[in-house]
Amino acid sequence: MAISTTLRGWGFVTPALLWTLAFFVAPFAIMLAMSLATLEGRELIWGFDLANYRRLFGQSFLAGAIVVSLQITLTVTLVSILLAYPLAWIIAFRVPPRWQRLVLLLAILPFWTSYVVRSYSWLLVLSREGIVNKALMSLGVIAEPLQMASTRFATVTGFVHFFVMLLTLTIFANLVQLSPNYRRAATDLGASGWQAFRHVILPLTLPGIMVGAFLTFVLCIGDYITPQILGGNNELTVPQVIMVQLGRRGDFPLAAALSIVLMGLVSLAYLASARWLRLDRV
Amino acid sequence: MNKIRFAQAAGLPACALFGLAAMPAQAQDSLNALVWCDHTDASLIEPFEEAHGVTVNLREYEGTGAAFAMLEQSRPGDWDVLVIDTIDVPRAVEAGLLAALPDDELPTDDFFPEVVMASSNSVDGTTYAVTEKFGYNTISYNADRVDPADLDDLLAIWSGESGSRIAIYDYYLPVIGLVAAGLGLDTQALTAEDLPAIREELFKMKAASRSVGEVVASQTALATGEADIIVGGGEWLTAVLAEEQPELTWTIPEQGAVRWSQSIAVLEESQNRDLAVEFVKYIVSPEGQAALATSSCFWGMPANQRAGEVLSDEQKQVLRWDEQDDYLSRTQLYPAPDAQLDGQMQDLWLEMLQH
Repeated sequence: MAISTTLRGWGFVTPALLWTLAFFVAPFAIMLAMSLATLEGRELIWGFDLANYRRLFGQSFLAGAIVVSLQITLTVTLVSILLAYPLAWIIAFRVPPRWQRLVLLLAILPFWTSYVVRSYSWLLVLSREGIVNKALMSLGVIAEPLQMASTRFATVTGFVHFFVMLLTLTIFANLVQLSPNYRRAATDLGASGWQAFRHVILPLTLPGIMVGAFLTFVLCIGDYITPQILGGNNELTVPQVIMVQLGRRGDFPLAAALSIVLMGLVSLAYLASARWLRLDRV
Repeated sequence: MNKIRFAQAAGLPACALFGLAAMPAQAQDSLNALVWCDHTDASLIEPFEEAHGVTVNLREYEGTGAAFAMLEQSRPGDWDVLVIDTIDVPRAVEAGLLAALPDDELPTDDFFPEVVMASSNSVDGTTYAVTEKFGYNTISYNADRVDPADLDDLLAIWSGESGSRIAIYDYYLPVIGLVAAGLGLDTQALTAEDLPAIREELFKMKAASRSVGEVVASQTALATGEADIIVGGGEWLTAVLAEEQPELTWTIPEQGAVRWSQSIAVLEESQNRDLAVEFVKYIVSPEGQAALATSSCFWGMPANQRAGEVLSDEQKQVLRWDEQDDYLSRTQLYPAPDAQLDGQMQDLWLEMLQH
């Protein structure tokens, strides 16, 4: 009986285990091994050589890509949270329940458009002849068009547009699960609206914020398209440098080392937010 | 540590890492070609397909390193034809990738003599590739906004004094070559000792520029007014826009510029070698050359002068057909660095982008 239960347990687990081995563990192990190899001309030399990592942290333009990636990702995550929370609050508590479904539908509408198309759209919006510059000039705010396209501002703007709705949905899911009694109890005990929010509501919605923030971090730091289109190649992020190594040099070992660093950053982000990342609490 | 050929060693891991590359279908009635985007124009490919009753499968790539990596990850015989920078042909021959071509069947006598480039397309007397198209990496600009006289001195363009909006074409070899030409250096004899001076100019250029973009981004920047000048541009960037925006044009400064050329070759392991050779012969024929020169992706001068019999007067005017003798005499070839210098140049380019 015990053996059949064990076998049945393995039967359930094995497909998932094989899937994980085939599509995560094995590729990761190959990537790790590749990052420790080196390229001499077109010849790949397998071994345990940390040269790629030494190069990565020793050459300022490669290390700079890591710094740029982190700066952009953290800015996007922070700005997205600040915009998403009030929006989620309004949808959860201010929009009548019968309209909530429609508002949520509108919120996810941007996801129906291609990622590349949205990036190019932002490029047009922020260009010299774009609607933003034209509006500011017609209002007399500026005399000359501002340089907005091909800047970090454009990259951050594009990313925030993509991710603010993702965060809104995770925070909204958290907010609607909160019983109104928490706020009533806090108010009954003398808390002001702000105190009730700060000491009761915000801590209870942290899991939703952190899940959304983690997803934003992961998607943003690994994205190649948006910085490439909107950043104008004026500064490089890690995925862009990886693409250069693959697309132009065919330097798989260095690209693998950069990818391992990228995975390391995502892992650190996970560890930093692991406490709140239990999806069942959202 | 054990040395293994990259082709054998990296193939499987690379596929596992990045997903199996779209492997071409292999059949006797089809031809698989690794090309640049100008070959994807239907007006170029369809006449050959109809004449031979075959399908030509095309796959675009960016950079010689990427082409080598794709070939190394593919099964032998997956690819039949390769389009490559002419200066990189010897590297491809050294790697054993290219098959010998029947040079007596190629119309190189009709070519502009400067672009036959036998020293690149042939190794030890055997022809492995043939030049199909060429042009110049120089200065594209908007004539309504920039005085051509301001573009006579290459180094002055990015000195910051003109006040023009500058963008840079994102490919290291031609732009480094252009800077070298500006500094009075021989682009074919560049060494690591030349890099500090080139670095200084590249950094000045980056400081004066708004963006660094590939072909489409550069065209968009010029067409929308985001940039007035594209350093590294040329007829390949503006010719396709000539009808709608004739003010977008190009010039070669006094110090000269660099000349690019692309070659076409048959791969050693092609299983359709005869058909592949026929494809090469079609591409360098006057009809193929005219279609390739005016491809919707980018225009460029055909290597075969007899394409002039097929091109219209308007097309030849846009290509500046009658001025080629002057341009050919005033331009240098792309730098052709060895692997080590090539790596240093690519690092320098990344450093410039991150500056």
